[in-house]
Amino acid sequence: MKDNRPVNLDIGSMRLPITAWASISHRISGVVLFAASFGMLWALDISLASAEGFARLGELLGSVPAKVALWAVGTALIYHSLAGIKHLVMDFGIGESMEGGILGSRLVIAASVIISVLLGVSLW
Amino acid sequence: MVTAVTSLGRSGLSDWLLQRVSAVVLLAYFILIGWVVASGIDYVGWQALFATAWMRVFTLLAVLSLAAHAWIGMWSVLTDYLTERLMGTKGNVLRIGLQLCISLLLFIYVIWGVQILWGN
Repeated sequence: MKDNRPVNLDIGSMRLPITAWASISHRISGVVLFAASFGMLWALDISLASAEGFARLGELLGSVPAKVALWAVGTALIYHSLAGIKHLVMDFGIGESMEGGILGSRLVIAASVIISVLLGVSLW
Repeated sequence: MVTAVTSLGRSGLSDWLLQRVSAVVLLAYFILIGWVVASGIDYVGWQALFATAWMRVFTLLAVLSLAAHAWIGMWSVLTDYLTERLMGTKGNVLRIGLQLCISLLLFIYVIWGVQILWGN
């Protein structure tokens, strides 16, 4: 592979279109979920270890900071899932045009905001 | 460009397919967990669910899928931002170091998952 090809990708100099926002958010939510995965496995471990552990986890997740964290991770999971489904749909050749990409990004972002708000309401 | 050697499948098409298969497994698993938790399960029900063979197998599949999915996903992100072009040689060193840490953590996840499911 040629390594000396010119690259003009000064992201800072561009106004990002909605498709780019959808893409970078997919990446950010993925990194957030990777960071949260340790906590998920820990929660599974403690919840199955004993009845006391299960109760303690329930108590812990009832506190305000834990609820905020739970909501943030839940929102990342919702967005990452919907953006992933959009990818799968596009893999089948649906919405691969510029207009399709823009519409898909709008749908994914709008649906994520709505479900994320609903998750927040059900948590509080 | 020392990027291909640290990819999971050593092939873009292989990683592409693995990323999608693992995504579908994880989506199904999180929908199931979300549904179970939202229905307000108690410890006895939770314990009984994870005592079944199918749930243990499904959970192990989800942990393995998480390991593959996170490997490929983090590889994609790191090989885009921590690069020689953006950071010089430091980028390569930082990226390889982080990738080693990530693969070690994912290896621990798999062992931890097995220990949670079959350890008691």
